[in-house]
Amino acid sequence: MRTSISQTFARLRREGGKAFIPYVMAGDPSIGRSREIVLLFEKCGADIVELGVPFSDPLADGPIIQRAAERSLRQGTSLRSVISFVREVRGATQIPIVLMTYFNPVFRYGPSDFIRDARGAGVDGVVIPDLPPEEATDFVRSARRLRLDTIFLLAPTSTEERIRKVVHYSSGFIYYVSITGITGAELLLDGSMERSIAQIRQRTTMPIAVGFGVSTPDEAAHVARLSDGVIVGSAIVKRLGDTRESLERYLTALRQAIA
Amino acid sequence: MRTFSSRKQGYFGPYGGRFVPETLMPALQELEEGFFSSLRDRTFQQELAHLRRTYIGRPTPLYRAERFGRRVGVPRVYLKREDLAHTGAHKINNAVAQVLLAKKMGKNRVIAETGAGQHGVATATGAALVGLDCEIYMGTDDMARQALNVYRMRLLGARVTEVATGSRTLKDAINEALRDWTTNVRTTHYVMGTVFGPHPFPLMVRHFQSVIGKEAKRQILDAEGRLPDYLVACVGGGSNALGLFAPFLEDPVRMIGVEAGGRGLEVGAHAARFAGGSVGVFQGCKSYVLQDDNGNIVGTHSVSAGLDYASVGPEHSFLKESGRVEYTYATDDEALSAFDLLSQTEGIIPALESAHALAEVVKRARTLPQETIIVVNLSGRGDKDVQHVARLRGEDL
Repeated sequence: MRTSISQTFARLRREGGKAFIPYVMAGDPSIGRSREIVLLFEKCGADIVELGVPFSDPLADGPIIQRAAERSLRQGTSLRSVISFVREVRGATQIPIVLMTYFNPVFRYGPSDFIRDARGAGVDGVVIPDLPPEEATDFVRSARRLRLDTIFLLAPTSTEERIRKVVHYSSGFIYYVSITGITGAELLLDGSMERSIAQIRQRTTMPIAVGFGVSTPDEAAHVARLSDGVIVGSAIVKRLGDTRESLERYLTALRQAIA
Repeated sequence: MRTFSSRKQGYFGPYGGRFVPETLMPALQELEEGFFSSLRDRTFQQELAHLRRTYIGRPTPLYRAERFGRRVGVPRVYLKREDLAHTGAHKINNAVAQVLLAKKMGKNRVIAETGAGQHGVATATGAALVGLDCEIYMGTDDMARQALNVYRMRLLGARVTEVATGSRTLKDAINEALRDWTTNVRTTHYVMGTVFGPHPFPLMVRHFQSVIGKEAKRQILDAEGRLPDYLVACVGGGSNALGLFAPFLEDPVRMIGVEAGGRGLEVGAHAARFAGGSVGVFQGCKSYVLQDDNGNIVGTHSVSAGLDYASVGPEHSFLKESGRVEYTYATDDEALSAFDLLSQTEGIIPALESAHALAEVVKRARTLPQETIIVVNLSGRGDKDVQHVARLRGEDL
């Protein structure tokens, strides 16, 4: 049976659509607010939600998500409480949820326990930016057994050999990092993304979603044309303090741009 | 070269590995290839050997600190004088080798993190020597503790970038350096300053630092006609310790690594990873880490910026687990007493980092026979700490 992430991409492919994948840091500024945001994402047409788990040393993230993690940690958010949050939010929505977490919280939790508990709570996939496939053999094996999608990253620097490896270990979709850089940095639209994605497509039919640096609806539209989905993180986190109307307008504009 | 106990690449037993974002993976593979090919590259090796001799000032002396030794109860205490290496610490051994490698690999820029500032100064020095752009990341708190080294780096033409996030010390400087590397990976080499981080750094830095132990072995055999009974070194990330220990690992020599006990072993008051930490995955590798139950990294403290770090080189974790090396800690106060004692008995002001190793000698010597031979890595000189120590004692210079 297909995972709900695969089903989502299959549906979009049939309909000729692209996935809109907004990100929010769980617990920023509170778990209650995160619940509202996840439901707002769904209302504004998100296909998949990416939920951040705060970590003290988020080395793949830029300042916006670093600060979100700090706010969330001050609220006492942990990997365990994020899993409980997913279980709780599952009473209100069935939208596919992908956790984005650094590896140490998972390691500390116990990778097998994490997979079991996260999957049991209704998590559909996981992105661990500092866990490359080489270090993930056991993790992927356990995750496959429970049908938790393991989403690995490819970057502009990835070689043919690495593309093959990442494709082999990935399920659900492949997360293409649009820039050499950290989350929230400036996107560079110089045609190199097009070439890289074409290179990945030669190796797999798995969906490719693009993240890091996508901020405006125009950028989202451009990226959507080249890929199967667009992940927007820092630009949303930055607007969480805006009024609900303004945030909703922004999310809707992104949704419309990602067609 | 003695490498891994495990067949899995980049591991020391269960410790080590390469836990970094995908963007950096190709650069680490490139670096690994570059490093291994440099080992077979006669021109590179000759150039490095030449610079060690004529620029760094190697071999550094092995000095018998007899007055210090008699005072503590063991007359045969030898100091491996890394404080006499150019720029005043062992860090230069690694930095010069890595900038040469960066140049050979066609990079035009190097970056580095620094805690006490010694690695930053060493990298800035190396960059000036071979003509590369250089940027150093340093935590706000460390910049305050080590103002002199900040200015030295600037004099050497490096840009020093303040890191005001997190705990504003070494770990945050490493995060920021890794972010920079992720962004500029095509043109930039990251000169990791210790035996830490993703493979091949722990292996490569150990290799470049093992010149310390190779020299010390020859020198102690010349001086005493036998191997020492003990080797003692402080352990922050652990490069000076491994540099001394590595060439003796197969010999019947006891080894002691000394961590920073800070103000005692309460959470946040120390940096004794083996006494108060547990296994985790942090900044690129699996090793002992000071962390909370949720896997977040906790704060650390040491009077010495160079030891004030939440994790430790993965090979040390392996050496601890296998029992080959004994790890202990010295508190701030013990290190400060040893700092005074060496200054006053030998006319050598040690770095506060190295003073932790000396503090262990002071404690240990009481229990040892007179004829014991101890080699201590005097990993750096204390000039950089003079102002900090004065401030701690309420004196304004």
